[in-house]
Amino acid sequence: MASDTLAGRADAEISGLDALEIAGQQKTTSRAATIWAATWPKLAALAIAVAAWQAVVWAEVWPPYSLPGPGTVGRELLRQAGAPQLWDGLATTLRRAALGYVFSVGVGLLLGLAVARFRVLRAAIGSMITALQTMPSIAWFPLAILLFELSEKAIFFVVVLGAAPSIANGVISGVDYVPPLLQRAGRNLGARGMNLYRYVIAPAALPAIVAGLKQGWAFSWRSLMAGELIVVGISQTSLGAQLTYARELADAPWLLATMIVVLIVGLGVDTAFGAADKAIRRRWGVLDQAGQ
Amino acid sequence: MTSTTTTPRGATGSVALRGVTKVYGQGENAVLALDGVTLDVAPGEFVCLVGASGCGKSTLLNLVAGLDRVSGGQIELGDGVNPGLMFQESALFPWLTVEGNVDVPLKLRRLPRAQRRERIAELLRTVHLADFGRKRPHQLSGGMRQRVALARTLALDTPVLLMDEPFGALDAMTRDILHDELERIWAERKLTVLFVTHNVREAARLADRIILLSSRPGRIIYSTRVDVPRPRRIDSPEIASIAGEVTDRLRTEVGRHGQ
Repeated sequence: MASDTLAGRADAEISGLDALEIAGQQKTTSRAATIWAATWPKLAALAIAVAAWQAVVWAEVWPPYSLPGPGTVGRELLRQAGAPQLWDGLATTLRRAALGYVFSVGVGLLLGLAVARFRVLRAAIGSMITALQTMPSIAWFPLAILLFELSEKAIFFVVVLGAAPSIANGVISGVDYVPPLLQRAGRNLGARGMNLYRYVIAPAALPAIVAGLKQGWAFSWRSLMAGELIVVGISQTSLGAQLTYARELADAPWLLATMIVVLIVGLGVDTAFGAADKAIRRRWGVLDQAGQ
Repeated sequence: MTSTTTTPRGATGSVALRGVTKVYGQGENAVLALDGVTLDVAPGEFVCLVGASGCGKSTLLNLVAGLDRVSGGQIELGDGVNPGLMFQESALFPWLTVEGNVDVPLKLRRLPRAQRRERIAELLRTVHLADFGRKRPHQLSGGMRQRVALARTLALDTPVLLMDEPFGALDAMTRDILHDELERIWAERKLTVLFVTHNVREAARLADRIILLSSRPGRIIYSTRVDVPRPRRIDSPEIASIAGEVTDRLRTEVGRHGQ
């Protein structure tokens, strides 16, 4: 039949065209090579930083009891890692961080969604959220201490005030920048009301929401550290409290070792957010297009 | 709900516009986009809307799709008919795979999982993308993305397809092939198609009937049947002569605005 051969020809044409158009997209790099490419610059930077530190120590700008070298601090860190004090402090701090952050995420998401959705709310508190975000969190502590005394509640209060606005702002900008075309397509496919949020707006806003969550974490971690430095004297010895004690005892190796722990925690969580962000962008094809 | 064929339950694909008017804005800034457009599209008919910029072609499709409200007049569709709409850009969801995109309307219609999977496979075969279900939109070419968008729209099981310059951003070769594809799917599924384009040859290649809209405000100024037997070729003399005729009218209309 003539129509059969015609259809057969069309099939061949269409698959031929597809093959031509998406050819040469695959690039193969081994996993090990990828990891190495991402790791060596970090290791190099770390080595340079440690070398610079050591150089300053050798230059004796400060006496060794104020600024010990990397070797001394490294040994102190190892000693600390073998004792329960550091781990107890770390656990206390991480528990506070998790509690404050999870609560901030809840508040931030709800607040962001409400502001993005209702015009009145946006007019009323949209700019207030940004104002809150610009407020250095440490400036909240005097008030927090008046309200909650030197307690964990005061720290919690400031952590949430620091993190929630960032998360809310992430949600708001995410929802605002959902391409109208995708919303129209979604509505045409039958997604109205809550379904439009579930199928189109929430996933489309996800990259901005993750960015907000990441920024929120940074704010909450900073607020927490500030809080733990100021609100000392609660029975538990958090990382912040240990920093204060180390300073009071002029125990520089302990102080620096604790700082390194704080740095590692911050970096670790940041890396997790970075990985999530990258995974999303890869799924969306943003990375491929940027040639990364 | 057990059938996987695409004939919708009791729905017919007729589209009727009665004196449809659309005004954007208010007071002195009001712009009349459509002015009393009356048009009857029979079930299974392929109608191309042609016009220069500002003729309200896209507005018209949005109104028929129910994404926007008429300022005056009426739009009548068959009972329970929810027209599917395609755009110049595929408007695929970048966070979903090809299968995931086609699945969205099926999920929204609450079809059971097994049935959805079957429908996705069938629809992807229809647009010749059976092997690309796991790919993401950005991994496909423009023409392939439009075919995914077509499959996703077909998943609505609607008898009425609204297309807003769907091939406008594609190269000529791909467009030719997609014309064949669309024509085949239209005939197989007995769809009613309202196809907006500014490409007169494309209109002559595809349409049963070409409707020419004037610009600012959009009114129907000319309508012609295309009685060339199918399958057609865009480079055939018959198509060229019809396209020439419509182009002449279109130029007259555009020239009117230059005076």
